Order: sequence, then structure tokens, then C-alpha cells
Amino acid sequence: MTDAITGDLAATPGRKPKSSLLAQDALTRRRNASEARFKYYGIAAICVSLLTLAIMLYTIFSDGVGAFQQAKLTFPVTLDAERLDPSGNRSREDLMKVTTIGYASLLGDALNAEVAARGIQIDGLDGRMINDMVSRDAPARVRNMVLADPSLLGQTITVQVYATGRIDGYLKGRVTRETAARDANVSVEQLDLADELRAAGILTTGFNSGFLTNPDASDQRPESAGLGVAIIGSIYMMVMVLLFTLPVGVAASIYLEEFAPKNRFTDIIEINISNLAAVPSIVFGILGLAIFINFMGLPQSSSLVGALVISLMTLPTIIIATRASLRAVPPSIRQAALGVGASQTQTVFHHVLPLAMPGILTGTILGLATALGETAPLLLIGMVAFVTNFPRGPLDGGVLDPATALPVQVYSWASRADPAFIERSSGAIIVLLAFLVVMNAVAILLRRRFERRW
Amino acid sequence: MSFFTLLLILLVIGIVGFVLCRQRVLSLAANNPRSLHSLPNYYGWHAFVMAVVPAVLALAVWMIVQPLLVERQLTSFIPAEIREDPPARTLFMADVRRVADGLNVAIERGVITSEEAATMPPEQVRGALASARVALGGEVSTAVLDAAQDYRGFAATGALGRSILAILLSLAGVVYAFRMTSPQFRARNRVEFVVQGLLILASTIAILTTVGIVLSLLTESLRFFTLYPIQDFFFGLTWSPNFRGNSALGLVPLLWGTLYISLVAMLVAVPIGIFTAIYLAEYAHPRVRAVIKPLIEVIAGIPTVVFGLFALVTVGPFLRDWFAQPFGFGNSGSSVMTAGLVIGILNIPFISSLADDIINAVPQAMRDGSYGLGATKSETIRQVILPAALPGIVGAVLLAASRAIGETMIVTMGAGASAALDLNPFQAMTTITVKIVSQLTGDTEFNSPETLVAFALGMTLFVITLGLNIFALYIVRKYREQYE
Repeated sequence: MTDAITGDLAATPGRKPKSSLLAQDALTRRRNASEARFKYYGIAAICVSLLTLAIMLYTIFSDGVGAFQQAKLTFPVTLDAERLDPSGNRSREDLMKVTTIGYASLLGDALNAEVAARGIQIDGLDGRMINDMVSRDAPARVRNMVLADPSLLGQTITVQVYATGRIDGYLKGRVTRETAARDANVSVEQLDLADELRAAGILTTGFNSGFLTNPDASDQRPESAGLGVAIIGSIYMMVMVLLFTLPVGVAASIYLEEFAPKNRFTDIIEINISNLAAVPSIVFGILGLAIFINFMGLPQSSSLVGALVISLMTLPTIIIATRASLRAVPPSIRQAALGVGASQTQTVFHHVLPLAMPGILTGTILGLATALGETAPLLLIGMVAFVTNFPRGPLDGGVLDPATALPVQVYSWASRADPAFIERSSGAIIVLLAFLVVMNAVAILLRRRFERRW
Repeated sequence: MSFFTLLLILLVIGIVGFVLCRQRVLSLAANNPRSLHSLPNYYGWHAFVMAVVPAVLALAVWMIVQPLLVERQLTSFIPAEIREDPPARTLFMADVRRVADGLNVAIERGVITSEEAATMPPEQVRGALASARVALGGEVSTAVLDAAQDYRGFAATGALGRSILAILLSLAGVVYAFRMTSPQFRARNRVEFVVQGLLILASTIAILTTVGIVLSLLTESLRFFTLYPIQDFFFGLTWSPNFRGNSALGLVPLLWGTLYISLVAMLVAVPIGIFTAIYLAEYAHPRVRAVIKPLIEVIAGIPTVVFGLFALVTVGPFLRDWFAQPFGFGNSGSSVMTAGLVIGILNIPFISSLADDIINAVPQAMRDGSYGLGATKSETIRQVILPAALPGIVGAVLLAASRAIGETMIVTMGAGASAALDLNPFQAMTTITVKIVSQLTGDTEFNSPETLVAFALGMTLFVITLGLNIFALYIVRKYREQYE
């Protein structure tokens, strides 16, 4: 047979000689090429997503680290008693009458005197421009210092105050001489002065702890805007979300997983939970606005309402995670407990729940991490408001005070006009991501430490 | 007595009951717990439950009923000319509440005594409250002040009655439990019954949430449709809200923007997500997979506001300077493209991890069969695995689409705010979610169609996403291949 075929083939004129196994024919080559292409599509897809992630994190970090550095001016100020306490009796009432405008001119004069004393001369620079180097936040700070300690009056103290946002931006490279020439808020002469002051050691940059502790500040004072209120608001909310969701979530999961009979009622609950997990977060914001604020009359912008809304949102996630870890406890544990005479409730609470606890906690922490970054529903319940007062302590009704949250602060800074706020916004993201990394790390550690494979 | 102290008192009564009943049953059994029906602690817990649960339930009912009664009581104070005008009525009631709360705060801060508060003439109220640092919008009318005084009286009586009722119920519960306590008493069964009840209660919260969402969306949407014609909302082609009235509130441009942006997002996320899943499931070495898969999932863990800032600061200007302006598509940083691309990136891990699971669920025997017939790996994937996994993948894509439609922060920061019906992807457009945010943030009154439209938009969004989810689950369930 074989011979016949060979002979037949050999007899056909123009037919290519039979290829060897070692050399691929065209079809095989094509198939192999498409095989390789297909594989490279996969690699390319992964590269695209990871590259985007890397670019995003890189831009956020390079924009945001600047927020942790701040330009400050250090110079001596004589707290002139004549100007700050015209009545001369040091009483608080009379000291309060001198507004920040009075302190602003005092600080401006002091900086002018310091510039003159150092012999710094720049063409076209007038005293007003020097005054404007100092942040508008500084007079209020000095005023509070004096109000707290009137004995400072008459003394010469060295103050360290923020420089304005534009000067700060110049030191960080955000503001250049070209942009300054077109900018009404800063002049090229001021930048020259900034260089001189820097050389003289008056203008320095240092770690900006105020970014983590100050409250938000208005549009004109990006340099003094901080995350203090947002961090406290976020912490209040996360603690309350934990207190609301963990007991309720665990109770609901225990019922559905261990007790619930298979009937229409439990079916409805199950369908509800899986659907709620997919409802857009903003719908929960509408719910919070309609029910908690309009119907129940809870105060707008308060962290309590924020926590309630986010709890309702997080509950399905926590229930799903908790049920998974309850299901992972082998039935033999339950049977053994029932066998030695425990009731079903005792079995669940004494044996199943403790064994499932590490998994439940891991799921809860991961749920909280998602909740921490949630923004949209908080916008609707008024947490985007401009809040400069710290909320009170949690037991003095602080949960009813207006507050804001980290992701909301990111959003509200990003929507302001001054580019200095983009830096702040990115800085706030760094803080937010730091919280998220810590929470995820705790969850992973918990899982590593306590996870049991049965 | 504040609510918090009241709860503390109930707790203390409960603990006392716990100790008493536990002691009693032990002494009745002559310190021989083996002759008891239940463990001694259960007798204690029974007392605790009897002390706390009925009292707390009564408190809850009280807190719902009292505001309704107050409302009815105060109706007689509302001036006749605004009694039939709901917005003015709401405003009046809000004033009354503010004045009453303000007076209480003033007393608390020691600015006025309670006698002064009870007899204060209306024209002095604003000044007195201002010195207690409670700001009032305008002068207080006699009607408001009278109503506020009545409200204060009612609230004070209410608080007192509430406390007395709760404490009495709680004490009665302890007495009842104490009298029931005996060695034959089935305390454990009772406690377990209550515990089960609490568990059921907790699991109904999911239902309550859904009911709350549907009710709040529905009632406010219906109010909106009484102020604005329903066909103009669903078929109107222009969106130009105007807070002085006379707005055009058409859904179509918003819906178009939403769907267009979601389409762009899906065009990015579906191919990248599926190829990622295929590579990870079929090609990647287990060690590579163990590194890459968590890295991809990091994307899903980053808050959306971060993506929003990325769209605003990086992607938007990049697309504007390199694509839109050079090719004459416009000069807007925020555009359909910007938002769509970024939402697409956000959805990659969602699609890839779902698709990954589905591909892994295809049985190995099908792969082996295909290889045995001489197919290459990619041919196996394209002609055997993907068809087998298709229903699951379609489900994943639909779920991702529903997430893209409901995404808020990225579009708020990256898509723009102009409601345009346009095909140009580099044009700023807006979505349903953006408009919900913009209509409901800031000082809003809940009487104008411009505010209430947000609820109708929310309803539309809820129905669309819910529909997509249910459809996705249906497809997955209906076409799932049953292996083995």
C-alpha cells in the first residue's frame, strides 16, 4: 500500500516533495503564528492594565507628595502693644476688637523691616508685594496666639508662618516666572524676593504636619488647607459602620446559613441581598437623603447619616463574606456538637461562629476598606459642605456635627479653581491609600495567621 | 433624661435581673445545677431579655408615634392661610422646630431661665437665641412662638412619659422573669426563641433597605410627575434646569450620554478583561498568575474618586492635547472618551476575575479532547472553551455594563456637565448620575421640580441597573452548561 502511494505521488508532476517533520509547512506556521499572536494579545492586555495602574499611581504620588512639604517664612515680629491693644488694659474683650486685618498689617510691616534689614533690594518690588508673601492664614494664627497669652504683647517673637500658595508653588516648581507674569495673584518680583529670602534662610520648606491636622480652608488659602476634619469624619464613620454592620451582618448570615428553612421568605431575602450588592452607590445616597434626612430629620452632613448610608451599602458585602466563611466550617463540627447534646443555637454560637470568626473579620475589614473610599452617596447627604470646625467628641454628640470624609475632601479640592488644590487633592489620596493599604494588610495578616483549611 | 441614659438604665436593670434570677434558680435547686432544665446562665439571660427587649420595642414604637402626634397637635397653630399650602406648612413646621430647639439650647447654656423661655415675647426671641449662638433666619411670629412653646411642652411630656413607660416595662419584665424562674422552667428554649427572632430581624434589613429605596424613589418621583409632565421627562430632548422655574428636564440627552460613555467603557474593558482572563487561566505559569492576578485586582480596590482625579488631571488633558485638538474634535478636557476610558480601566478587573472563574470552571476533559484532535492552545480556547464559557462571560459583561452605567465619581469629574446629544466622543457630555449629584448638592428645597427630578433620574437608573442585573443572572442560569 505504502509503496503504491509513494509511487503515485512521485508520479504526479509538479508536486512539491514531501516535507520533513522537522520543517513546518505553511499551514502549521500560520497556526503557530496565530497561536503566538493570541498569547501576546493576552500579555498586551495585562500590560495595558498594569501600565495604566502604574501611570495613575505615579501621577498621583508625584502630584501629591508636594502637599506634605510646605514653604514657611520665619522672621521676628514685635507684637506692638499700641497697635494690638489700643485700650491698654489687656482684657480679652478689648483684644478681640483688633481684627486679623490689624495683625496682617503688623506681620507685613515686620517682614518689610526684615527684608530691609537684610539689605535685600529688588527693582519694582513695593511693600505691598512683600506683605502679600505672607499667607492670609498667618494673621489669624498670630491673633490666636496673642489671645491665648496676652503677656506676649510688647515682646519680639520669632514667628513661623505659611508663605502664600503661589510662593509655595514656586518652590515646588508649579509656578514659574512665565506663569507668574500672567498671574494676578503673584508677580515676578515676588519670585525674585522668594529666591533672596530663601538664600537668607527666611523662606524654608519643611514637613507640613498641618496638612494632616488643619481643617479645610477657603479658596484663597490653599496653603493652610488640611485633612484634620476629613480624617476625623472618616474615622467616626468607619467605627460606626463597623458597629452597625458587623452584628447585623453576622446575625443575618447566621440565620440564612444555619437556621433558615427553604421557603419563599428566605428566597426573597436572598434575592434582595444579591440585588442590593449591585445597586449603584448613588442610589443609596438618594435613600439616605429621603429617609434619614428628610423623613427622620437627622442633621445633614453629619457622620451619623454617612455611616448609616454606607452601612446599608456595605451590609450585602459583609453578609456574602460571612456566609462564605460559615459555609467553610465543616458539617462534622456541627454534628459533633449536636451529638453531645448541644442545642442548635449552642452549636452555632459556641462552635461554628468562633471557627468562622477569622474569615468573618477578614471579610469585614475588606468591606470597610471599600466603604472608606465611597464618595458618591456622601455627596448627596451634604458631606461635601465646607466644614472648618472640628466635630465634638463622639459621646458629646460629635456624630451629629457636620463633618466631611477623606474621599469627599479629594473631590471637593479637585473641583476648586486654584491648581494648588490639585496638589492637596492628590496628597489626600495618598493619605486615603495609606489607610487602605493598612486595612488590607491587616486583613491579609489575619487570613495568614488564622485561616484553617479543613 | 436623654435617650442614652435611658438605655443605660435599661441595661442596668437587665443586668440586675440577670444576677437575681441566676441566683434564685441556683438557690431553688440547692446549688445543684444538674437538676435544672437549662444551664443557670439561661435563667439569667431570660431575665435580661425580658427586661430589655419589650422596653426597647416600646421605645421604638413611641419614637415613631410621637412625631406624628406632635404634627397633629400643632396643626391648630398653623395660620389658616397656609394650612392648605404644603410647602409653606413644611417651612412653618421647620421654623417651629428650630425655635423650640433654640430655646432649649439657650436654657442649657444658661442664657435664659426656663421661666423666661416660657413667657418670652416673640420680638425678644431672636435676640435671646443669638446670644446663645443659635442663629434664626428672621423675626419670630406669634404663631410660630406659640406653636414652639406647645411643641416644647409636648416634647418634655413625651420624654418623661417615654422614660417612665420604658423603665416600668423593664421592671415588670424582671418581676415576671423572677416569678417564672423555677428549676423546671424551660429558660433555654425561651432565650433561643428570642435569639432566633433577633436573627430573623437582622436578615430582614436587606428587605427593608430595598423597600426604603423603592419607596423613597417612588414617592418623590410621583411628586415630581405632578409638577412636571411625565412624557416631557421621558421624551424631552433638552436638559436645561433653571432654578427660577420654566426648566426643560428631558431625560434623553442624559440617557444618551450615559449609554455612550458606558459603550466606550465596555469597548475598553471587555477585550482587555477577557484577554487578561484567558492569559491568566490558560497560559500563565502558576507563579506568574499568583503575582499578576492580585496586581490586577488592586485596580478594583482603588476608590473611584482616585480614578476621577486621574481622569480630570491626566487623561482629560492628554486626550485634549494629543487627539481632540490636533484632529479638530474640540478642545474640552472632559469628554465621553476621558470618562469612558477610565471607567473601562476600572472595570477590567471586574470582568477579568469573573471570566477567569468561568473559564476555570470549564472541565479539563474538554481541553484534553481538543488537544487530542490536534488543536493548538489558541484554537482550543477559541473554538471550545470560549463557546462553553460564553453565557457566563455575557453575564459578566452585563454586570460590568450595569456598573459602568451607575458609576458616579469618574463621570462627575471627567465627563463634563453639558447635556449634549452628539456623536463626537471628544465632546463633553453628561450622565444621569452626574445630574443626580448636581441637582441634589448644595442648598435644595424639596418642592421644586428641579430638585425632585433627581429622584426620577434615580428611579430610572435603579430600574436600568436592576434590569441589567436580573437579565445577566437569567442568562447565566438559563444557558449554563451542566457538566457531569
